[in-house]
Amino acid sequence: MNKIWLVIQREYLTRVKNKTFILTTLLAPLGIILLIAIQAVIMSTGSDKIKNIEVYDPSHLLEGELSSRDNLKFSFPNQPLDSLINHYIAGQISGVLEIPPIEDSLVTQYTYRYHADDQLAMDESMAVDRAIGKKIRSFKLKKLNVDASLLNKIDTDISGVPVMVLKDKNVTSMTTMVASALGFVIGYAMFFIIMLYGAQVMRSVMEEKINRIVEVLISSVKPFELMLGKVIGVGLVGLTQIGIWLLLIPAALFVGSMMFGIDTSELSSNSISPEIAGVSAQNEFLQVLQELKNMNWFLILPLSIFYFLMGYFAYSALFAAIGSAIGEDINEANSLTLPVMIPLMISMIIGFSAFNAPDSTLAIWSSMTPLLSSVVMPVRLPFDPPWWQIAISVVSLLLFTIFLVWLAARIYRIGILMYGKKATFKEIAKWIRYKG
Amino acid sequence: MNSLSLKNVVKAYSNHIAVNDVSFEVKPGTIFGLLGPNGAGKTSLIRIITTITAADSGQVLINGEPLNQLHPNKIGYMPEERGLYKKMKVGEQLMYLAQLKGLSNKKAKENLKYWMKKFEIQDWWNKTIGDLSKGMGQKVQFIATVVHEPTLIILDEPFTGLDPLNANLIKDEIYQLKEKGATILFSTHRMEQVEQICEDIVLINQGKVLLQGHVDKIKNDFKEFKFSIRFEGTQPADLPLDEVDVLASDANSIVFKTKDYEHSNAILHAFIKNQVPVLSFNEILPSLNEIFIQQVTQKS
Repeated sequence: MNKIWLVIQREYLTRVKNKTFILTTLLAPLGIILLIAIQAVIMSTGSDKIKNIEVYDPSHLLEGELSSRDNLKFSFPNQPLDSLINHYIAGQISGVLEIPPIEDSLVTQYTYRYHADDQLAMDESMAVDRAIGKKIRSFKLKKLNVDASLLNKIDTDISGVPVMVLKDKNVTSMTTMVASALGFVIGYAMFFIIMLYGAQVMRSVMEEKINRIVEVLISSVKPFELMLGKVIGVGLVGLTQIGIWLLLIPAALFVGSMMFGIDTSELSSNSISPEIAGVSAQNEFLQVLQELKNMNWFLILPLSIFYFLMGYFAYSALFAAIGSAIGEDINEANSLTLPVMIPLMISMIIGFSAFNAPDSTLAIWSSMTPLLSSVVMPVRLPFDPPWWQIAISVVSLLLFTIFLVWLAARIYRIGILMYGKKATFKEIAKWIRYKG
Repeated sequence: MNSLSLKNVVKAYSNHIAVNDVSFEVKPGTIFGLLGPNGAGKTSLIRIITTITAADSGQVLINGEPLNQLHPNKIGYMPEERGLYKKMKVGEQLMYLAQLKGLSNKKAKENLKYWMKKFEIQDWWNKTIGDLSKGMGQKVQFIATVVHEPTLIILDEPFTGLDPLNANLIKDEIYQLKEKGATILFSTHRMEQVEQICEDIVLINQGKVLLQGHVDKIKNDFKEFKFSIRFEGTQPADLPLDEVDVLASDANSIVFKTKDYEHSNAILHAFIKNQVPVLSFNEILPSLNEIFIQQVTQKS
């Protein structure tokens, strides 16, 4: 036990003290600040060129509706189209917007023209579209004799509220959304952590094998202890790195927004126009918080940790076994890692579908299948899966993980002493049967 | 009680038997040679003794006790395939290896200071192996093998890749460790080293013991009554050469092979009788190398 602890310590300390580790751990949040800075710079350079657009609007459709904004100046000179186009040719303006009169106020199709050799930018044409649309709409309302205030009552905000029949639980329309998002985040985090640090375990095994120190080590410590210490040590490094990021990234976002005056929430919700987000955004945020609070954390948290640990142990043990079977060349790893990567990839894809349909047959069965369950079940957890499914999943994953660690250790103890070429799967199968 | 005894040890891999019914005993405080050509099963045997692998059958006793979990802490092992962490500091990795052998932090540091001072490498503590030359790395490797004061030290081809200076240094240390009571198992296929260093040996080939015993006794057992005589003046005319093979001769010396001491004495007697001054008269014992080659080629 004491020796495993020594191995854990070494694996942990040499990594945490490593310059690359310190750099990547610290630079990731800095990278986020940098990203914000770059975005700020790009956005500010976008507005330095002013566009003067003259509008040919004989029917005065848009006058007063199309207001100039930051870099976009509209003017409505009462002149024929030709002379406006001549202004453009003379280089006095950036373009001419031709707004043909509306023949029939109940049109369903309307085309305007922009005379210039470069096109309107997306947001510019959208502003014009909006203004025209608004105007046509009010024309139509007038024509149809509809009161505008009445029309507002036509739009309906739809939400479906799940009502539990047998379970005693308060659920709102937000619950499903929050549950999905949470499951998604947990599932994805699981996948990346397992992949990232599992590969580190493999590299650590290979390092000791290639350095030829491994034989000295296993004359002092059992191969199983060495492998386990490695898996745990690297896992702790992963937790440390994630812990630091969890602290630094919000801090970096905060600092970034202070320095560059950008609302960082826009980064993620660019697509939602401010009018829609507006007042309800704060409301929704509180609702999300409330939903998160309502989640059965006593179930989700320990189980997520369990699934993470089991998944990490199972996969990184397999990675350790692979690392031991590789000869001298790190490039040989690819063909051997493939069989381990496949279930991980599949679990990720199923996790994706489980995020949409947490109660599909595929999601249910794969959440009870070891190797897949460590990614799929966490995705389903926020949706309150039946306890028996959780029980089967937990027991099967636990047993299978123990089996895999045992299996990996049997491969590892032989593999680390084999020098020369990369082992084939047939040879590896033989190693498992070797005695002592 | 013997430091190490092996009784009918067998180890088979899927396609061959690496160790086939090997038994031998190593007396405490001696330097014991485990000899054999490449692939004879030396490393397989050593891995069994160091608990890296287990024997399929047979018994290994250390100080009379069957091999157990505590024994690795008493064994110092320098494998043939050796190395260190390239990016780890010398001090840190030696501390790690010493503690893996069961030393406390304090004791490990104390012992390391002693050895580093002895090898005059005190200022290497914070260097990484990558910064050191190969010879320097070998010193560090040796310290890693003996830092925990093992009672049984197993050296697999310890002189491979050593420059003469370091080889001498390590040889001296081996003697000193022996003087302090450690038992040393020295595995090699380099016979001239064995003749210099070892007292007892076991010679294995293809997993089997070919011969074992004290170096002098083995040489004696394989002696061929080969002699050399050096003299001044002229060779006596009446040398009794009828039962003798003259292997080489020149004006002042003869090398010959005979059947027994009676014949060799007769030759010496002829010199004395004729008053030819004899400068030296030696029996030429076979070198271990000759015995080794003879045994290995004969039996395989």
